[in-house]
Amino acid sequence: MPSLIKDGAVASDDWCVLEKPEEGQAAAVAVPDQRVIVPLAVWQAQREPLQARRQTLGVWLGPEDSADQLGAEAGEFELLAVHFPTFMDGRGFSTARLLRERYAFNGELRAIGHFIRDQLCYMRRCGFNAFSFAEPIDLQAALASLDDFTEYYQAGTDQPLPLFRRRA
Amino acid sequence: MYVYDDFDRQIIQQRVAQFRGQTQRYLAGELTDQEFLPLRLQNGLYIQRLAPMLRVNVPYGMLNSTQLRKLAHIARFYDKGYCHVSTRQNIQFNWPELAEVPNILAELAEVEMHATQSSGNCIRNITSDQFAGIAEDELVDPRPYCEIIRQWSSFHPEFAFLPRKFKIAVTGAEDSDRAATQVHDIGLQLRRSETGEIGFKVLVGGGLGRTPVIGSAIREFLPQAHLLSYLEAILRIYNQLGRRDNKYKARIKILVRAMGAEAFAEKVEAEWQQLKGGHSTLTDEEIERARHFFTLPDYEHLDGARTEAELQAQAAGSKAFSRWLQRNTRGHRQPGYAAVVLSLKPTGVAPGDVTEVQLDNIAELADTYSFGEVRTTHEQNIVLADVKKSALFALWQQAKAAGFATPNIGTLTDMICCPGGDFCSLANAKSIPVAEAIQRRFDDMDYLYDLGDIDLNISGCMNACGHHHVGHIGILGVDKKGEEFYQVQLGGNAGANTTLGRVLGPSFGREEMPAVIQKLLDVYVENRSDDEPFVDTYQRIGLEPFKERVYAKSH
Ligand code: SF4
Repeated sequence: MPSLIKDGAVASDDWCVLEKPEEGQAAAVAVPDQRVIVPLAVWQAQREPLQARRQTLGVWLGPEDSADQLGAEAGEFELLAVHFPTFMDGRGFSTARLLRERYAFNGELRAIGHFIRDQLCYMRRCGFNAFSFAEPIDLQAALASLDDFTEYYQAGTDQPLPLFRRRA
Repeated sequence: MYVYDDFDRQIIQQRVAQFRGQTQRYLAGELTDQEFLPLRLQNGLYIQRLAPMLRVNVPYGMLNSTQLRKLAHIARFYDKGYCHVSTRQNIQFNWPELAEVPNILAELAEVEMHATQSSGNCIRNITSDQFAGIAEDELVDPRPYCEIIRQWSSFHPEFAFLPRKFKIAVTGAEDSDRAATQVHDIGLQLRRSETGEIGFKVLVGGGLGRTPVIGSAIREFLPQAHLLSYLEAILRIYNQLGRRDNKYKARIKILVRAMGAEAFAEKVEAEWQQLKGGHSTLTDEEIERARHFFTLPDYEHLDGARTEAELQAQAAGSKAFSRWLQRNTRGHRQPGYAAVVLSLKPTGVAPGDVTEVQLDNIAELADTYSFGEVRTTHEQNIVLADVKKSALFALWQQAKAAGFATPNIGTLTDMICCPGGDFCSLANAKSIPVAEAIQRRFDDMDYLYDLGDIDLNISGCMNACGHHHVGHIGILGVDKKGEEFYQVQLGGNAGANTTLGRVLGPSFGREEMPAVIQKLLDVYVENRSDDEPFVDTYQRIGLEPFKERVYAKSH
C-alpha cells in the first residue's frame, strides 16, 4: 500500500485519486467503488449518485478551482485534497486556508501532486495535515521539515493569533 | 531602530538552520537544481554570471554601526573585500561560496540581519524614505509600519510561491515621495484623516521593468488598524488570479491592468470584508510597540540660528566645504542638525560599491557623528541622518579622507546604475563602464553645479533595476544581434509626480554615449530660462529639440 505523511507521521494510504476527465466527460466517468478522491468537476456533475457514499468519497481541487466552488458544502466531507501541478504553483496554499478558515472544513486536508518537503511547514500552517508526494521520497526524513519553524510572526490556520497578540 | 527580542531571534535562527539543511542536501545531490532554486533565492542567493551573489536585506534602509562592521567582516572574510549598495537599499556580495552562505547567514543573524525573501517570488524587503523620521515634510514616520509589514511578510506561509516577486514601499512624507511608491506592486502613502486618524492611501500595480506602469489608487484611506488584513486581501487575490503561464505577464500590474483597477479593487474589498476585524487587526499596543523603536535620538537643544551662522562662516572660508555643504547635506527637523549624504559615486568606482575598509569607516563616522546609525538610499548612497551642524566641518574632512565626500549628490555624476553585464546574468549590456565614461567626461564640478539637479539612471536590461524609466535621462542596455547598444530616454521623473521617460530614438554604441549626453546637456543649457532645472526645460520644450541635435547628420 502506498504511504504518505499524515498528522505528523508516516501512514499507509488506502485512498485512490481519480484523474480529471476530459472536458465534458465529468458526468460520464465511472467512479470506482472504493475510497476515492474525485475531481471537483466530477463531484459537481455526479452529486446525486455520489451523495450517498460520503464515507468513501473525497474531492480534490486543482489550481484553477476555488474553495468558493465547494463553499459551505466543504464541511460535509471526510477528506478534501488540493492538487499542486508543480511545486512553484502557490495557489493551493490559499485554497487550503480558505477551506479551513472560511468554510470550516476540519476533516483530512491532503496535498497531492508535485510539491517538495521544504514546503511542508508552510503547508501545515495553511491547514494541510496530509501529504501525498507524486515523487517517491524518504518520508521519514521529510517529517523533520514539518517543523522547520515552531514560532511565527503572522496568523495561520495552525495559529490564529499573530505574534503581536502573543508577545508578552 | 528595531531591536530583536527572543521571538525574533528564535525565528531567524530556525531560518538559518533550515537553509543550512537545504544547502547540505543540495550539495549531497538530494535536491535538484530546480528544487533548490526558489529555496536559495528566498535566502538571497542568486547564481550570477561569475559567481553566486548574496543579497542581504537592509530593512527600509536602516543600519547600525555594529551591522556595518559585520558587513565589513563578511566582505573581508567571505568575499573579495567589497560589497554593493543596491537600488532597493539592500547590500549585495558578489563572490560568496555557496557552501559558506549558511555561515554568512548565521553571522548576519548575530547582528539582527538576514537575507530572507530578498529575492524569489515572494514578498520582498520593504523599502521606504531614506529621510524617514527627520524629513521636514514628513507627516508620519513610516518605519514602524515598515517593521510591522516586515514581520507579517517574513515566512508568510501562504505567499511564498506567488506568481512573481512582490515589492511594497511605504512613504510618510506629504508632498514628496522618496520611496517611489507609485512604481511598486503596493505603494502605501501615510495620511491623516480629517479627524486626525492615521491611515494609508493604497496604490497597487505600479512597477518598472518591461512594462512600466504607475500604480492605481484602490483605496484613498485605509485606517492603520486594518493594514495587515488589507494587505492579506490584496496578496490573496493576486496569489489566486495572477498569471502563472508567462513570467513576463505575472506581476500584479498585469492583473490590475487586465481586470481594470476598479474591478480589482472590488475583488480586494470583497475579500477584505471577510478578513476585516479578525486577529490580524493591529492593536494600539502593537503600533505603539513598533513606534517606540523609532523614537527621536537624544538630540541636544541647540540654537538653530546660531549654529547656522557659524556654519556659514566656516563655509565662507572654504569653497570646497561650501560646495559639499550645498550638495551633500540636507535640512533637518531638529534645530542645529543636518542630514549628510556620503557619496558612493566617486569617478572610477562602480556606483554603490564600498570596500570593507570604507564600511568600517562609515561605522566610525556613524558612531562619532550620528548616534551610531546610517541609512542606505535607493540612489545608492549612505545617509548619516543626525549630525550636529557644528560637527559638519570635521565630518567633511574625515569623509574626504575616506573617499565619501565627492560633492556630487543630485548631480549628473551621482547616477543610479545597476550592476549590469559585469555581474548580472540577465544583462543585455554592461552599465558600469557607461557610468564611468560619463563620470570621466563630466568631471568639471563647476559645470556640474551649473547644470544643477539631474537624475541619470542606467539599467543593463529592461528589468530596470537602475530605474531608467524614472531618470530625467535614462539609459537602457539593449542587445542587437549579440552586440551591446544603449537606448536613451528623456523626461522621466521619480518622486511625488512620477513620470515615465520617453524613448529618444535609435540606440547608440557604448563609446558614443558621453557625446550623446553632452549634446542633450547642450540643448538644455541653450534653452533653459534662468535657473530652470533640466527636467522642467524638457517638459517645456519637449523631446524634439533634443532628438534633432542628437541625430543631426554631421556635414
Ligand atoms: S537591470 Fe538587468 S542587468 Fe541590471 S541588475 Fe537588473 S537584471 Fe541585471
